[in-house]
Amino acid sequence: MSAQSVLFDVPGPKARMRNALYTVFTVVLALVGLAILYLGFNRTLVDREDPLFSSAVWAVNPEGQWAADKWEPFLRPDTWTSYVLPGLQNTLTAALTASVLAILFGLVFGIGRMSERWWIRIPSGAVVEFFRGIPLLILIFFTMALPIVAWQLFDIPTGTFQVTALAAVVVGLTLYNGSVLAEVFRAGVLAVPKGQSEASQAIGMTRSQTMWQILIPQAITSMMPAIVAQLVVLLKDSALGYIVAFPELLRSFTLLATRESNVIPAAIICAVIYIIINMTLSRCAIWLERRNARRGRPSAKPTAAGGAPVAIEATGTAAGATAGTSAAFSTGEPSTSVTETDERPDDEDEERRD
Amino acid sequence: MEAFLSNIDRVVDGFSWTVRLTLFSAFFSFVLGILLTAMRVSPVPLLRGLSTAYVEGIRNTPLTLVLLFCGLGLNSALGLSLHDRVMWDVFWWAVIGLSAYTACFVSESLRSGINTIPLGQVEAARSLGLTFTQNLSLIVIPQALRAVVGPLGSVLIALTKNTTVASVAGLGVQEASRQMKLMFDQGIAPVLPTFLGFAIGFLILTLPTGYFFGWLSKRVAVVR
Repeated sequence: MSAQSVLFDVPGPKARMRNALYTVFTVVLALVGLAILYLGFNRTLVDREDPLFSSAVWAVNPEGQWAADKWEPFLRPDTWTSYVLPGLQNTLTAALTASVLAILFGLVFGIGRMSERWWIRIPSGAVVEFFRGIPLLILIFFTMALPIVAWQLFDIPTGTFQVTALAAVVVGLTLYNGSVLAEVFRAGVLAVPKGQSEASQAIGMTRSQTMWQILIPQAITSMMPAIVAQLVVLLKDSALGYIVAFPELLRSFTLLATRESNVIPAAIICAVIYIIINMTLSRCAIWLERRNARRGRPSAKPTAAGGAPVAIEATGTAAGATAGTSAAFSTGEPSTSVTETDERPDDEDEERRD
Repeated sequence: MEAFLSNIDRVVDGFSWTVRLTLFSAFFSFVLGILLTAMRVSPVPLLRGLSTAYVEGIRNTPLTLVLLFCGLGLNSALGLSLHDRVMWDVFWWAVIGLSAYTACFVSESLRSGINTIPLGQVEAARSLGLTFTQNLSLIVIPQALRAVVGPLGSVLIALTKNTTVASVAGLGVQEASRQMKLMFDQGIAPVLPTFLGFAIGFLILTLPTGYFFGWLSKRVAVVR
C-alpha cells in the first residue's frame, strides 16, 4: 500500500489545508479544555476578582491542586514505602491469588461443561452462566456477609469465623473470572480440529485421555492470549476492593489524598501506575497472539451458549477488543486498519459461534 | 423470602436506577464511541493520536478510579454541579464516568468491525469520489456496525453490571447493589434470599439482552 490508508486518498493541496485547519481547531479545543481543567483544579476559575487573562489567575495557586507541595509527597520515600508499595503489594496479592484460582476454577467448569454426563454438564453450565451474568460487586458484598448467612441459616454465632476483605475480593474475582475463563477453555478445546479427538478415540484412548493428552495441550497455545487478556480484566477489577475497604492500590491512594488533600495528583499517579501494569500485560497478550498468527494457529475466543454473546468481561472488554484484535489494532496504527482483510478475526469468531 | 418480598419496592427502586444508568450511559458511550472510532481512522494525525491516547489510557484504568475521579475530583474538588438535587447530580456524574469508560470498548469493537469490511468496498467508494466523511458514514460505519452487533451486546451487558460501581464513595447512586448492601446492613431481610433476589434481577437484565443481541447479530449480519 503506497497510500497511508485505504479510507482516504493521499491528501492533495486542498485536503492538506483542510487537515491543517482541523488540526488547529482540535488544538484550540484541547487547549480550552485543558485550561478549564487547569484553572478549575487551580481554584482560580470561579470566585476570582481578577480578569481571566491576568497573571494572578494563571499563576499556580498555593491553595490549588497544582501547587508544588501537593506533588511533594510523591518525592518523599516514606509515601512510597508506607502507602503506595503496600497497596500495590495487596493489589498484586489479590490479583495473583485470584488468577491461579480462577484458572483452576475455569479448567474444572470448562471441562465439566463438555462432559458426556448430563449431571456434570448441566450444573457446570448453570454455575458458569450464573457467575458470569451477575455483577462482581454484589458477589463481593455477599461473600463479606457470609458470617451473617451462617448465623441466619445454621445458627452459627457471628464471630465464629470472619471473611476478610482480601478473601471476599479473591473469592469474587475467582468466581467471576473463573467462569469467563471456563468459556475460554471450552472455546479453545472446541476449536481443535475434530479429527484430533476422532483419531485419538480410534486408537483406543478414553475420553479423559483424549481431553488431557490430545485436546488440552493443543488448545493451550490458542487460549493463551485470551487468558492473559482476562487477567488484565481481573487486575483492573481488583480495584473494586476499594469499595469493601480492602487496602489495595486505589485505597492507599485515596488515604494519601485525604491526608495530603491532593486528590488530583494522587488520581493521576494512581492511574499512571495502573495503566503501566495493564499495558504491559496487554502487550504480552498481543505478543502471544501474533506468535500464534505467525505459526498459523488461530487464537481462541470465548463463545456463549446458544449463540448469545453473553458478556465475557467484568469492566468491559468486548469480545474482539483486547485479545481478539488483529495485529492491525494492536500496534495502534490506524493506517493499516482496513488493509488487514486477510486476517478477519471476527469472521472466524462468527463461524465458531454458530 | 417473605421479608425480601415485602421490601420489593426498594429492590425495584434500586433496579430502576440501574436501568436508568445503563440506558443513558449506553446512549452517550455509543455516540462517543463512534466519534472516537472516526477520529481513530481519520486523515488528521493529531485526531488519531488523541483518540488512541484516550482509548488506551481509559481502557487500562479501573472503572472504580474513573468514577472516583468524577465523584471526588470533578464533583467535589472542582465543585462542578450538574443538577440542584444531589440525587440527580451524582447520577449524571456517574453517567459521565460510565460513558467515558464504556466508549473505549465501543470504539474498540467498532474498529474490529471495520477490519471485517473487504478492501474493495472502501476502494470502490473512493473511486466513486466519496470524501473521507462520506466514505465513513455511508460505507464503513454502517457495515462495521452490522458486523459488531454481537460484541456491542457484550459491551452493553458489561455496562449493566458496571453500573454497580456507581455506588462508590463520592457518588453513591442508590442503584441495585447499594440497595442490596443497605438491606444486608440493616438486617431487614435474610441475606441469602436478598442476594439471590438481586442476582436474579441482574440475570433478568443481562440474559435476555445477550440472547436478543445474539439473535440480532445473526439477523443483520452482512452476507459475504
